[in-house]
Amino acid sequence: MISWPNLVSQLFNGLALGALLALISSGLTIIYGTLGVLNLAHGAMFMIGGYAGFVAYQYTESFVLAVIAGSLFVMLLGIVMERLIIRHFYHRPHEDQLLVTFGLGICFVELVRLIFSSQSQLVPPPALFQGITNLGFMFYPTYRLAVVGIVAIALGALFIVLYRTRLGMIVRAGIEDSVMVDSLGINVYRVFMVVFGIGAMAAGFAGIVNAPVVSLTPGIGDDILVQTFVVVVIGGVGSFPGAILGGLIAGEIISVTSMFNPGYAYVMLFAAMTLVLVVRPHGLLGVQGRE
Amino acid sequence: MTDHLIRRGLSRRGLLQTTAGLIGGSVLPAMPAFAEDKPIGTYPAGVSGSTAFIGISVPRTGTYAVQGEDELKGYQLAIEHINSGHELIKKISPKTTKGVLGKELKFGVADSAAKPNEAVQAQQRFISENKAIMITGGTSSAVAVALNKLAQREKVIFVCGISGSNDTTGKDCVRYGFRQNFFGQTAAAAIGPVMVKQFGKGKKAAYLTPDYTYGHTVTKSMQDILATAGWTTVTNQVAPLGAPDYSSYLLNVANSGADVLINVNWGHDAVLSTQQAKQFGVLDKMKLVVPYQVPFIARETGGLMQGVYAATDYWWTIEDKFPLAKMFNEAFDKKYGYKPEWGAENAYVSFAHWAHMCEQAGTFNPPDVIKAYEKGETIPSLVGDVHYRPEDHQCVRPVLIVKGKLQKDMKNKEDWYDVVEIVPGEGLMQKPDAFGCHLGDYT
Repeated sequence: MISWPNLVSQLFNGLALGALLALISSGLTIIYGTLGVLNLAHGAMFMIGGYAGFVAYQYTESFVLAVIAGSLFVMLLGIVMERLIIRHFYHRPHEDQLLVTFGLGICFVELVRLIFSSQSQLVPPPALFQGITNLGFMFYPTYRLAVVGIVAIALGALFIVLYRTRLGMIVRAGIEDSVMVDSLGINVYRVFMVVFGIGAMAAGFAGIVNAPVVSLTPGIGDDILVQTFVVVVIGGVGSFPGAILGGLIAGEIISVTSMFNPGYAYVMLFAAMTLVLVVRPHGLLGVQGRE
Repeated sequence: MTDHLIRRGLSRRGLLQTTAGLIGGSVLPAMPAFAEDKPIGTYPAGVSGSTAFIGISVPRTGTYAVQGEDELKGYQLAIEHINSGHELIKKISPKTTKGVLGKELKFGVADSAAKPNEAVQAQQRFISENKAIMITGGTSSAVAVALNKLAQREKVIFVCGISGSNDTTGKDCVRYGFRQNFFGQTAAAAIGPVMVKQFGKGKKAAYLTPDYTYGHTVTKSMQDILATAGWTTVTNQVAPLGAPDYSSYLLNVANSGADVLINVNWGHDAVLSTQQAKQFGVLDKMKLVVPYQVPFIARETGGLMQGVYAATDYWWTIEDKFPLAKMFNEAFDKKYGYKPEWGAENAYVSFAHWAHMCEQAGTFNPPDVIKAYEKGETIPSLVGDVHYRPEDHQCVRPVLIVKGKLQKDMKNKEDWYDVVEIVPGEGLMQKPDAFGCHLGDYT
């Protein structure tokens, strides 16, 4: 019973999900690529972005202000986290980094549960994007259409920062050789702090933008974290374009598989990841041989 | 004791039952298996002091966390009432003074996260380290089924918390397990005729089903009941527990041409899938029915249950008809600041029933307590008198059919539902062996 409208709508759904995954993954991959830290608190950052935005929405009833507040709060949180904790782990083994970020993630989730309880919280989409749009060949929630656009703009902004600014140049140089950048008189650690903040902000921004789609619960970042890691592995660890490509591929795999048998959506996602790892161990757009 | 019962106006049938019980009671201690001091499970070690320990496992994280917290509050209130000899407990368990059989109840709480392995590990610890005399909890039928097996193996009574699967007191029933809330089958039998009356015969239904024992059995029961009125299933979308997004499933539903969406999901899964069904315009195209109502779904979906039918264990507004419900609501509201939902009611009542049975048996000795349940005695609950079937340890109790109220009709912020019908349990129940229940041994 596969009809064209169903296939097209599932492909579109995959695009919407993929765009979101791409944005969250890009934050994760920038942090890893630049700082070499695998941030397992990234899912919690996504969740906190949603809740910070939710609080802002309660006070202002403005979705735009909620998005700004959610993103900035998580950026600030990321910077504080980097200054107080993460910087002490740059030269420690990866296992230590994984454990400390994982622990932070758990603390964040429990803190939010303590404050907001487990009951889900609603952030309605802005009035402009409420309802359903008739695209001619299918009906689709207007806000989800808007999410694709909003995320595309955010990714574009991130691209400009990384590839068209002095900061981006330093970041990319830092990824290649942080000692060299340091010897050029640039304070690499200050750059690292900003990078961590930007990476966290990408997750926080995605969290509040996604809040009207899924409603907020403290555990919302757990599943996203796993998917985000799969995306990063498929796209290539540390690669910004890889995160986008990986996100779109993951979104489509989940969506199209769901059309045939939803139960196998994640099986197929992990199968695809395994396949990529076998054929291209560094991911589709990952750089071979980079530390 | 007989004098006391007769003074309270005992019927002839009741007197016969009591006499039979007394004879049984005098014979049982003579049987070696039921000897008072013969150790079995955690008995008598667990109750040798002045306290008795209860192991509680509820989900405090994950998709069923909200309902788990409500359930836990029900347990805590019951324990507080039992230990203080509260008036409401005495209505359900008249012999209770303070504590059960004079032993103060202590308890430990573990987060099951609705995962069977975590619940079993925690309860195993409560049994071996704390000598738990009874274990309780649930909010996932997969957990309930796993704890059934643990209870039977360890010979410690399991009073099942929230669990709607047909398997819990069906094919996975055990001698040591008891369930107060009803089968998915019972819910289907109650709400099916209401749906046919409301929407007509020969309708097309789409299902959203969580992929485990609860989801599969409830969906199957709904399909069977509705098939008798010519309803067909056009799609059954099976999603894993705790799915982060239902959009793909809902696109399949939206394109299925169904008249009615039957959402079998539970907990946050039900909330999320219902919200997203609205986003995808599914609720504009078809009617929504939630066959097994989910505590807090009305408030969490922000009004999407308006006009929606559901079968449920309890809704607080029945306090107009049932005095015990009123007492419970008042005590609960006073302690926690909101009206209890059915998770709390289920926890409180099943716990109070266990206390009743221990007092009736006059011992914590598990086989004797089980025998007390198996007498099938009629006992009070918050929704009127009920009894446990000896054949499958399932409580026979009424099912409430509720319909979501429109916002303008809500008298206060917790007035989410109208109780449309209270369907007596007897007429809804399938035969005790219909789902293949074979209770295990006492010892």
